[in-house]
Amino acid sequence: METRNLTCIRCPLGCQIEVKMEGKEVVSVTGNTCRRGDIYARKEVTNPTRIVTSSVRVSGSRTGAVMVSCKTAADIPKARVMDVVKDIKDLVIPCPVAIGDVLKQDVAGTGVDLVATRNVE
Amino acid sequence: METYNVVIIGGGPAGLAAAVSAYDAGEHSILVLERDTQLGGILNQCIHNGFGLHTFQEELTGPEYAQRFIDRLIERKIEYRLNTMVLDITREKVVTACSRADGVTRIQAKAIVLAMGCRERSRGSLNIPGFRPAGVFSAGTAQRLVNMEGYLPGRRVVILGSGDIGLIMARRMTLEGAKVLVCAEIMPYSGGLKRNIVQCLDDFGIPLKLSHTVVDIEGKDRVTGVTIARVDSHMKPIPGTEEHYDCDTLLLSVGLLPENELSRGMGVELSPVHKGPVVNESLMTNIPGVFAAGNVLHVHDLVDYVSEEAETAGRQAAAYAAGSLTDETGREIPIETGGGPRYTVPETLDPARIGDQLTIRFRVGSVMKDRRVNVYLDGDRVLSRPRRVMAPGEMEEVLLTRKMLDGHPDLKSIAIKVEEG
Ligand SMILES: Cc1cc2nc3c(=O)[nH]c(=O)nc-3n(C[C@H](O)[C@H](O)[C@H](O)COP(=O)(O)OP(=O)(O)OC[C@H]3O[C@@H](n4cnc5c(N)ncnc54)[C@H](O)[C@@H]3O)c2cc1C
Ligand code: SF4
Repeated sequence: METRNLTCIRCPLGCQIEVKMEGKEVVSVTGNTCRRGDIYARKEVTNPTRIVTSSVRVSGSRTGAVMVSCKTAADIPKARVMDVVKDIKDLVIPCPVAIGDVLKQDVAGTGVDLVATRNVE
Repeated sequence: METYNVVIIGGGPAGLAAAVSAYDAGEHSILVLERDTQLGGILNQCIHNGFGLHTFQEELTGPEYAQRFIDRLIERKIEYRLNTMVLDITREKVVTACSRADGVTRIQAKAIVLAMGCRERSRGSLNIPGFRPAGVFSAGTAQRLVNMEGYLPGRRVVILGSGDIGLIMARRMTLEGAKVLVCAEIMPYSGGLKRNIVQCLDDFGIPLKLSHTVVDIEGKDRVTGVTIARVDSHMKPIPGTEEHYDCDTLLLSVGLLPENELSRGMGVELSPVHKGPVVNESLMTNIPGVFAAGNVLHVHDLVDYVSEEAETAGRQAAAYAAGSLTDETGREIPIETGGGPRYTVPETLDPARIGDQLTIRFRVGSVMKDRRVNVYLDGDRVLSRPRRVMAPGEMEEVLLTRKMLDGHPDLKSIAIKVEEG
């Protein structure tokens, strides 16, 4: 049996959670104070995901902006975070850009789009 | 001289929320002054997500959160001026500002909301021996360089201080291809939010060394290495515990200080503890008609609370300008803390001026486990909330309700205590 120790991040309490696993099966979750911790821990050990935030270059900004900030429109598998970062490294987006504009579809083949998080004129 | 009823100094989240709530309270003569080229304040460079969980029940990035409030300002056609630096405010509420477009202007206000935010503690306030080579940045400067200018300031990085900006930058620079070697924190606990430690350090296997500090910086033109050592309980480095790291960059994330030069200049009384103005329940300073909110008042970790606090300040400023919030109430009951909370905001209150409820925010001075936050009115315990863990890095709050206050019509003392049990 394998034991994984996690810190729950669903609230400031930051409970130390211990998850016992048998292969890919969760056997027990202990140390959490509430149900949210249980849900977090099960997801974190079986299918951890993250939203990636970054910024990419823009061209032709009227205000002289160099970058536009962006994020993946949904969370992606944690193991794919670096692939996303690599995939968007050389992007250059022509201005204007508005919040929510898709900057790259299906980024790094994750099935999730990269969207702008800021208006740049 | 121009005149406005409510003048707001700073166009960050605090200034924006104050302007919108003053407007919604019926005040339409409002002016926001911002020295930067855009509204939104520090949020413009905070491109990570995690903003607005409380207010919007979704995880927004900093710029997205700011835009929601900028939109509200624009919908209401509230006046604002960019590239306008406020230089001076008098006790009589004359604001002197300067901009390239208009030169120096003077504005008479009826009420003022201070919303200037905070700045990073600089390395000058640190006592690190050694040369002063290039490659030492504040975490906020690094954040601006990477996120807004697309420039990675270094490849091998040591971070001193575990404030949130430093943690966020550990992740950001790692994703951009840098190697973050270690994060050293002089205190025995982290100053940052738990979620940031997990998602920014643990996720990338970056060690967090508590009770450690930098004892030497090497390099003539550019940093070439940093030595850290463990400290004892008096924060003195312990000989023999030194560890050397080859690196080209040292990031400092050693805390934030409310930006109160203007407040000090006009005679606003400042707290020696939270370094912001001392305020009453209406978030009014010792100068009648001058209010404060956001990071200029006390350093916040969550922008949601900044917006909430600023809404109160804006509403009260509108009330003051309209003449419905009088200065002389006679009763200013100090909130006592009995050691637990390091400070409270507000510091004093007048029960007559509290509507349905009052939020009192505070921070504790050290990590405490299994405590209760107890609120006493004239010695009667009116609220008792168990807290499993309390840490200086996380702001606490208690809610005082009208009902509690109505039970004590001749209130003389209020105490908020952190007690065992
Ligand atoms: C790096 C970092 C990460 C953070 N991460 C999170 C997070 O994940 N989630 C979260 O909820 N919160 C987070 N916060 C906290 C939150 O963003 C801040 O508490 C909030 O932005 C403070 O708002 P403010 O309006 O008080 O200050 P600011 O945003 O600093 O705004 C102050 C404004 O006043 C202007 N100003 C100052 N002096 C003058 C003058 N003399 N004349 C004219 N204008 C002036 C400044 O230019 C600035 O625009 C983070 C903060 C930082 C710094
Ligand atoms: S388990 Fe529940 S109480 Fe503990 S940190 Fe997670 S959300 Fe908070």
